[in-house]
Amino acid sequence: MRAATYSFLILFLSGTLFQLPGGTAKEEFPVPPPPLSEGIFPCSACHEGMPVNPTKRELKDAHTDIKLHHAEGVRWCLDCHDPTNRDKLKLTSGELVDFGESYLLCRQCHGPIYRDWTAGIHGKRTGYFDGKRTYLLCVHCHNPHDPKFNPIKPEPPPYRPRDRHNVR
Amino acid sequence: MEAWRFFKKTLALVMKGSLAYYAWCFFLLAIVFIGLKFYTAQLDYGLIVTNMRDQVSWGLYIANFTYLVGVAAAAVLLVIPAYIYHFDPIKEIVVLGELFAASSIIMALMFVFVDIGRPDKFWHLLPFVGKLAFPDSLLAWDVIVLNGYLILNIYVPVYILVKSYYRKEPNIKAVVPVILLSIPWAVGIHTVTAFLYNGLAARPFWNASILAPRFLASAFCSGPAIIIIIFQVIRRISNVKIANEALFKIAELIAYAMFLNLFLMGAEIFKEFYSDTVHLAPLTYLYEGLHNHKALVPWIWASLSMNLAAFFIFLIPKTRRYLVTLNIGSLLIIVGVWIEKGLCFVLPGFIPDPLGEIYEYMPNMTETAVSMGIWALGLLIFTLFMKVAIPIEAGTFFHSKHETRNE
Amino acid sequence: MKMLSAGFLAGFVGVGTSCNHVIDEEFLQKHFLEMTDEEKQRVVRRLEEKYLREYGKTAHVSTGAAKPKTLWGYGLDLSRCIGCRRCVYACVRENNNSRYKPQLHWIRVIRLKKGNLINLENAEHYYNPETVPEEDFIYMPVQCQHCENPPCVKVCPVHATWKEPDGLVVVDYNWCIGCRYCIAACPYKGRVFNWTRPNIPKEELNPAMHYLGNRPRIKNVVDKCTFCIQRVRSGRYPACVEACPTGTRKFGNLLDKNSEIRYLIENKRVFRLKEDLNTEPKFYYFFSL
Repeated sequence: MRAATYSFLILFLSGTLFQLPGGTAKEEFPVPPPPLSEGIFPCSACHEGMPVNPTKRELKDAHTDIKLHHAEGVRWCLDCHDPTNRDKLKLTSGELVDFGESYLLCRQCHGPIYRDWTAGIHGKRTGYFDGKRTYLLCVHCHNPHDPKFNPIKPEPPPYRPRDRHNVR
Repeated sequence: MEAWRFFKKTLALVMKGSLAYYAWCFFLLAIVFIGLKFYTAQLDYGLIVTNMRDQVSWGLYIANFTYLVGVAAAAVLLVIPAYIYHFDPIKEIVVLGELFAASSIIMALMFVFVDIGRPDKFWHLLPFVGKLAFPDSLLAWDVIVLNGYLILNIYVPVYILVKSYYRKEPNIKAVVPVILLSIPWAVGIHTVTAFLYNGLAARPFWNASILAPRFLASAFCSGPAIIIIIFQVIRRISNVKIANEALFKIAELIAYAMFLNLFLMGAEIFKEFYSDTVHLAPLTYLYEGLHNHKALVPWIWASLSMNLAAFFIFLIPKTRRYLVTLNIGSLLIIVGVWIEKGLCFVLPGFIPDPLGEIYEYMPNMTETAVSMGIWALGLLIFTLFMKVAIPIEAGTFFHSKHETRNE
Repeated sequence: MKMLSAGFLAGFVGVGTSCNHVIDEEFLQKHFLEMTDEEKQRVVRRLEEKYLREYGKTAHVSTGAAKPKTLWGYGLDLSRCIGCRRCVYACVRENNNSRYKPQLHWIRVIRLKKGNLINLENAEHYYNPETVPEEDFIYMPVQCQHCENPPCVKVCPVHATWKEPDGLVVVDYNWCIGCRYCIAACPYKGRVFNWTRPNIPKEELNPAMHYLGNRPRIKNVVDKCTFCIQRVRSGRYPACVEACPTGTRKFGNLLDKNSEIRYLIENKRVFRLKEDLNTEPKFYYFFSL
């Protein structure tokens, strides 16, 4: 939660201080800030001035935790992350979008799911359903680099009728 | 004043008796007391002290209730021939039969009373005072018809007995309409009780239209079978004359009723097993066991064997007209029908439950003790009824000085 | 009848001898729908005092009525449910259900073999693998379906349960006589019984309550899912919707054309459980995939 607030603050500041293009795109859906790892944003803090290596490879120096399991056969980092402006995501049209609008990127492939998401059918809404509901970004639930859900431990089954927790 | 004097005399009558009478009454009282102990614990802690759970939410109490409503309804089996066909040997014992029906209804109502979780809210069931959901709820219907039947079955014998007490002939005009009314009413109480289950689409085992006729058929076996036994006891311990002929007649009627009961049962078994739909599950549980849960299987086959054996005993004139076999047959029916329309009827309605869960319910100590307490209390009430009714019928207890005064 | 009235009297005396003014008031309390606003306020005050005494927490018991032009509907995406039971326990906490002795769950998640959806006879209620979802199974959570034609309401002998104008099927716990006829009548196992006084840890009591919803129940009465009446009547999602980690659960107003529930009914393949019983549930199962 705190990480999220920090990254949001950074995002907000970077937007106002540097007036980056696309930073003020109209908010179609009220979403909480994207779940960026603490201290990782802005990306340009490290990537600025670094040479761009477009080769598909195993990352050894940084981002070693990222194992791409998302159509990895046909895709690589720079298909979604803009090589020149690392603080932005890149659509196929070449248009740059903020991390807070990543759903615009996801919908390029996942059209029907995006449609369900806008209607509130895919994904989870919380809070107030009439008016003030909050949309979660795709990446709040799906790791963009490995979007499939991991199995989780279920909560315990109910006690049976004659379990000692159900008799006096 | 007169009523008070009658009450005092009655009280004196029931307080005096033979050693056997005292022993019997105290024996029953002891069981009642044990039942009461368990019931107060149930009141205190809640129904969690029983083995009932959400999966099987009715158990032994409601099973006994169902059985006793049937027993009570069977009083008409005595009333019909006695009043419509003027069948003499039965006429003199109708009063006793009706008092037995009244005792059964009282027991049935007590079983409902111990089953409901909030007896302190019982007043919600009172029409006008509470909010009785008539005519939507079949339970509301049952409350009305059972209490109505109780009143009818108390009115008729009390009227006849009071008249005899004053040594007067009963006024036929005052009693016959009530008797005639009690015949359809008896059919009514058991039909309504059957509909109580029958109307639940959630429970395919009960949701069969054959239920009400089957209920009536089995009731006309168990009720009269109990009466056959009781009448023999009464004629042994008092000087009331009950002819063998009357008992044989009742036994013959039981044979017809049992045939109908077995036939309807067979029809249901055929339909369910041959069509073999998802609704077969409760019947499979009952007759064969389901997913290795077989608690009811020995019970239903025992019950079926008893009913079949009793049917042949009562069908064959030789065994029907021989007191030893007659009594064996009666006992077989009393127990057989109790199993069949008690636990083996109530439980398969819940097993498997609507989401397929199987919880094998069997009553525990609390439920058994409370149930036995109610049976004992019912028998005690019937004993006291008899203690007063028999001397009046026999003409030894009557109004001595005020024969001509107001009644 | 004599026995009956004797028993009745015994019950009355039993309550009376507790010599407690509060209990007497509870004993004679009217049906919720027949109370005036003033009477409701008095009952609410009494309950709030009781909860403060028993749980050491200041509770707020709402008696809020249904909002106009609302008919609540629920959607559950069978393609997404992984059977993790997060909803079950979120519901227990939100609704002040008894945790043990007896344990009361308003939601049952059943596990079915793939290829088998309607025949519930092989449903597994007690599955407990290391992780879910499992390869060969699908999961179906079942709770009160808030039928438009509820069989449980029809059978109640004292009108202790009814359908509210916004479609919620509710129980007046203080009017229920505990006969359990409604449990027998429900085809969805939607109702559970408080077999004794509920056990709720004091610190876990949810103080935001509704009279017809999550206030702590009393011994020997029936209760059930209310779609979190205390939340939905103020525009919030039910607790199970918010607890679901996979977004399986949807909720909304069936009369609002722009609601999530209307969208899914119009755009997805939906079905309702045991439609053949004509209970007209307002609980729609659907497949998003």
